[in-house]
Amino acid sequence: MKNIRNFCIIAHIDHGKSTLADRLLEFTGTVTQREMQAQLLDDMDLERERGITIKSHAIQMDYLFNDEKYTLNLIDTPGHVDFSYEVSRSIAACEGALLIVDAAQGIEAQTISNLFLALEHNLEIIPVINKIDLPGAMIEEVKDQVVDLIGIDPDDIVLASAKEGIGITDILEAIVNRVPAPKGDPEAPLQGLIFDSVFNSYRGIEVIFRVKNGSIRKGDKVKFMATGKEYEADEIGSLKLKKQPKDVIECGDVGYLISGIKVAKEVKVGDTITHVSKSSPQMIKGFEEVKPMVFAGIYPVDTTDFEELRECMEKLQLNDASLVWEPETSAALGFGFRCGFLGMLHMEIVQERLEREFDMTVITTVPSVKFLITNKRGDVIPVSAPSEMPDPNLIQKLEEPFINAQIITAAEYVGPIITLCMDKRGVIKNQVYLTSNRVELTFDIPLAEVVFDFFDKLKSISRGYASLDYSLSGYRESHLVKLDILLNGDPVDALSAIVHRDKAYDWGKKLCEKLKELLPRQQFEIAIQAAIGAKVIARETVRAMRKDVTAKCYGGDISRKRKLLEKQKKGKKRMRQIGSVEVPQEAFMAVLKIN
Amino acid sequence: MHLYLHIPFCKQACHYCDFHFSTNLSKKKELVSGLVREIELQKDYLKNKHLNTIYFGGGTPSLLDKEELSSVFEAINRFYTVDSKAEVTLEANPDDVNDKSLRLWKSLGINRLSLGIQSFDEAQLKYLNRAHTAEHAELCIQKSLDAGFKDFSIDLIYGIPHPTHDIWKKNLEKALSYSFTHLSAYCLTIEDKTVFGHQLKKKQMKPIDEDFAVEQFEILLGETGKHQFEQYEISNFTRNHQYARHNTSYWKGEPYLGIGPSAHSFDGINRQWNVSNNALYIKSLAEDKVLFEVEQLSKTDIANELIMTGLRTKWGVDLTKVSSLIDEDFNRTLSHYLDHQMLQKVGETIFLTPQGKLQADRIASDLFFT
Repeated sequence: MKNIRNFCIIAHIDHGKSTLADRLLEFTGTVTQREMQAQLLDDMDLERERGITIKSHAIQMDYLFNDEKYTLNLIDTPGHVDFSYEVSRSIAACEGALLIVDAAQGIEAQTISNLFLALEHNLEIIPVINKIDLPGAMIEEVKDQVVDLIGIDPDDIVLASAKEGIGITDILEAIVNRVPAPKGDPEAPLQGLIFDSVFNSYRGIEVIFRVKNGSIRKGDKVKFMATGKEYEADEIGSLKLKKQPKDVIECGDVGYLISGIKVAKEVKVGDTITHVSKSSPQMIKGFEEVKPMVFAGIYPVDTTDFEELRECMEKLQLNDASLVWEPETSAALGFGFRCGFLGMLHMEIVQERLEREFDMTVITTVPSVKFLITNKRGDVIPVSAPSEMPDPNLIQKLEEPFINAQIITAAEYVGPIITLCMDKRGVIKNQVYLTSNRVELTFDIPLAEVVFDFFDKLKSISRGYASLDYSLSGYRESHLVKLDILLNGDPVDALSAIVHRDKAYDWGKKLCEKLKELLPRQQFEIAIQAAIGAKVIARETVRAMRKDVTAKCYGGDISRKRKLLEKQKKGKKRMRQIGSVEVPQEAFMAVLKIN
Repeated sequence: MHLYLHIPFCKQACHYCDFHFSTNLSKKKELVSGLVREIELQKDYLKNKHLNTIYFGGGTPSLLDKEELSSVFEAINRFYTVDSKAEVTLEANPDDVNDKSLRLWKSLGINRLSLGIQSFDEAQLKYLNRAHTAEHAELCIQKSLDAGFKDFSIDLIYGIPHPTHDIWKKNLEKALSYSFTHLSAYCLTIEDKTVFGHQLKKKQMKPIDEDFAVEQFEILLGETGKHQFEQYEISNFTRNHQYARHNTSYWKGEPYLGIGPSAHSFDGINRQWNVSNNALYIKSLAEDKVLFEVEQLSKTDIANELIMTGLRTKWGVDLTKVSSLIDEDFNRTLSHYLDHQMLQKVGETIFLTPQGKLQADRIASDLFFT
């Protein structure tokens, strides 16, 4: 145990986390250069393109230092607020963290939230100033920032360039020398912290865990304490570049477990693995059931693809335990699924994975949070879709979820951020200066206001220099109304939304305007109306298309023209017929872009 | 069989034109040698060596001098038999039309001219950046008639921004006052890689007003109708049945061979297009190579092209030619447009109605097979 080091990397997007991870693997001989793929750890295409790690993974390296062999477990962490719980579990599996800061950019706010999470778990922080080879590197200033932030001795900051391979050995030595060896009682009953899982279509779910106490042997009968389910440890081992089966995973180490688990839901991040006999009396602290925060309908673009979509959703759920869904029907869109997501990014990821991995184009409806409605008879009804909203006459009380939102930013952005939050019905609760220039703002704000474009706006007004973290604070009564959209008099249920009464007019107006932009002109005029009940509160008109004909069509034009019309036809296939109006897929997402 | 020759040179670039051409005329001789070489290299492309139509397009074919034109004709005659009743068309710019050039063209067997008049209004010609003047525009018609060209076509452009329809009406009136047989009238279209396209992107120019263009189209139909012109394709009108036979072959899906940079060829299944670069074209032909890209059309592609081009013409689309592809989807779309009087059906042939003509692209696209 004294030669094990468990650590994670905390970094802002683009500060070089993935490149550094690649270098560590290379320097420890875990991968040869030939095996090296750019950003090795991010093995989903989507992750590679977004440049962020969506799902965390772990990899084990062997490192020889002063003639002693060390086992280094690098635990990767996702970098978005939707996955903050998963980050907290990854951090809980480590004793140390590399804090990567770009020498040309300085510390960025998004890093800070995870840094504090790491400090909360008493992780040893090793600051690394990366990209020192860049012409714009401001090494001394960035050093000052780091010292300012965590009060470390400037000499303990490692200077590196992952791209050029500079400082990598220093980092490895710092990990060995400064990250504490894991503590734990090898003789105590087994406690293994599950911090990730990976779906393997042949062998079922691979559970990734860190042994906190005791040890686990191949063939052991184990129990997951939160679910109460029991399994046999068919295979255990270490995660090198490939899986390396072992007979035992000792106290303090990281490993994987395969026991033929087919359903991702049985593997909950934060759960504790123990033995069936001689089981641990308590779970590892910090486990939470992950609850969906955002709900939206997902529909096939072509109604006949419903069954195919169901199959895709089932497959997707195999490696995304946080995705929940049930069938739903929409008058506008036909058969589809009501889905629950951790947050907006999670929703986007699901949509993109459906498109990329399953070639399934879908329509996603207006996202909603879960409201609680008390009817006249006193029954409390959860409502997470506008269609579930009872007639206003039957409603006694309407409640919506509020969150406690922490925003960390630079002092100069405090004003605009407060304005944004107030515009989103938020109330400022606290303002703390973390350093001379770093401020933590705490707001009480309705979740419904945050799920739409809040994060994008926050990033844009702070030029990316703000991080957001939130937790649910409870339900409170609110004046909410259901806003409907009509196209040539036909209601489009998929565009309805539950909004605050004071915002309904503005919302309706903007949505009508946006739809006007997104609806292609058709052979007749289209009236777009926003209404609360029978009362129309906004209207826009899309003029009829009077002319759609090419002037010239000769020998040299024919191929190009045919392809253009084919493309038009394809685009149209993706449209939905609402009454007589053809509605493109983007229009159903208009609501997300109304500002 | 049909032969097209692309002459990729112009004196100056019209602001709306995105065809392939160069304003650097220094390589004209070399390019013509390339054409002559390509005619020989491609002599077996068409199954049949009997030519019913020859079309010199561009660019500006009227820029070719006697020697250049003669060498091209000599090559054609060496490898093909030109039908005694063949339609031999040359696109000519009004400022190139004079007694001498008319005599030359006639002597070489050119029997049809396509005159790029576009407008009789001086200001509009300047706006379009045409090389000729209003005076040239009028003179070239009279001279062509005097030289005995009975068959010629006039090109006009409408939809050019202006507060009223006066200029368009005058242009039509002027054109229709001559005794000629064929009119091509195109709505001004802003293409990406043109001066207008650039201005539109920079918001220095407004897009063509749709209502304005539709009204001018209606004026066009009214005026041509009064003068016994028949609209036989969206943008083409004739009296005395002098259909442009070469262009009609494109709309009927017949094979054709295109010679010259950017020229397209079609053998009934494959379409290919030559490199759109004069220097590369010249260089490759000097090495006895033709640089082109090719695509093989599927049965569906061929059917879709028949729909796309056929619908634009008075001959419509003969559904028996695509019957094997017709499915429920097609029939549903067809009845929708029949019900809305955008299409009409006579026997097994479908046509656009006058209202349908304004929506030709959408209707064709909706009828496409997938």
